[in-house]
Amino acid sequence: MNSKLQNLTKGFWAENPILISMLGLCPTLAITYKVENALGMGLAVLFVLVMSNLIISLIRHFVPDEIRIPVFIVVIATFVSVVEMVMEAFVPNLFARMSLFISLIVVNCIILGRAEAFASKHNWLDSVLDAVGMALGFTMVLVFISLIREALGTGSITIWGDLAINFNPNNSPFFSSFYVSPPAAFIVLGLILAGSKAITAAKEVKSK
Amino acid sequence: MTFSDLIVMAVSAILIQNVILQQFLGICPFLGVSGKRDSAVGMGLAVIVVITLASLTSWALYYLLLKPLGMQYMSTLVYILVIASLVQIVEMFLKKTIPALYRSLGIYLPLITTNCAVLGTAKNVIAKKFNFLETFVFSFATAVGFLFVIYIFSTLRSKIARGDIPKAFQGIPIALITAGILAMIFAKFGELII
Repeated sequence: MNSKLQNLTKGFWAENPILISMLGLCPTLAITYKVENALGMGLAVLFVLVMSNLIISLIRHFVPDEIRIPVFIVVIATFVSVVEMVMEAFVPNLFARMSLFISLIVVNCIILGRAEAFASKHNWLDSVLDAVGMALGFTMVLVFISLIREALGTGSITIWGDLAINFNPNNSPFFSSFYVSPPAAFIVLGLILAGSKAITAAKEVKSK
Repeated sequence: MTFSDLIVMAVSAILIQNVILQQFLGICPFLGVSGKRDSAVGMGLAVIVVITLASLTSWALYYLLLKPLGMQYMSTLVYILVIASLVQIVEMFLKKTIPALYRSLGIYLPLITTNCAVLGTAKNVIAKKFNFLETFVFSFATAVGFLFVIYIFSTLRSKIARGDIPKAFQGIPIALITAGILAMIFAKFGELII
């Protein structure tokens, strides 16, 4: 039971796809200017990762080793197409903003990485737990970055069309649209990764 | 679209709407191989060949096969298979015909399959409803923009590597912050030209 729990929680911090493995940085940089985008992307990745890990783990004994990568890619692309169609139908505005990066989940290293490193070697339950953990870890970091960028960039957080929180009632110059621009994506992510490296290093020192 | 429109589109794809710094495509190879100047140029050249061929092939498949059959929803699946097989074909072709070039580019070719700039550009040319010529110019210019930025960035990183950087910032974090400053510079090209 303990190892099951570990399969789930290792994605949150110890093997977090963004903070530790530094995978999937393209969508992380591209869509985190809005919290709404981060939630949508997180849900899409959760669905694709869980389904592809499940299917790949179930078929792992039938797939010849030499052609496993193309097989994985076809499985992943199928579920990405499903997500594309569902999002286009039910959340058209969100889909219009980030349709390119939804299709690019196909080539997201996190998904293929988990298929190759985990799902092709473990049973379906472990694979699903691994996928849920990884996707939640990914989503948490996306939401964290987008909270910083949207709050500092626009002075407020808007989710599903409702103004949720206004941080900037006095129009302070501290808030600048710079934070939602492309250069800030690189800088904010760079600072966050530096922070996570510093925390990991401090933990190592403590455990010694 | 007139000839001068095509030129403007090419310059804009290289500098203003740069594939790495403004569209965030191909970040993995951008951070992965930009440590050394030679590997950055090798990767950039391989990407030019693959992006141009993949966009043209995807364009043809979309308008000649998927659209007449009403199967646009299959596009993601079809493009990724096109890209994966194209990379294989380019690899085999180079190995047979130009072994010298294969030796210098060979190791970068398999990595390109998962380079999201390739699939992203193929998707973009369809979304922008380009014709065949526009697709060629746009995808080629996009890839030149990739080579341009990855080359500049590799020279910057070789300088940074010699600097005295706090431990937490070493590697990817400082690279991302440098890329952010580079992106600010590229964002200003838009005001110069238009």
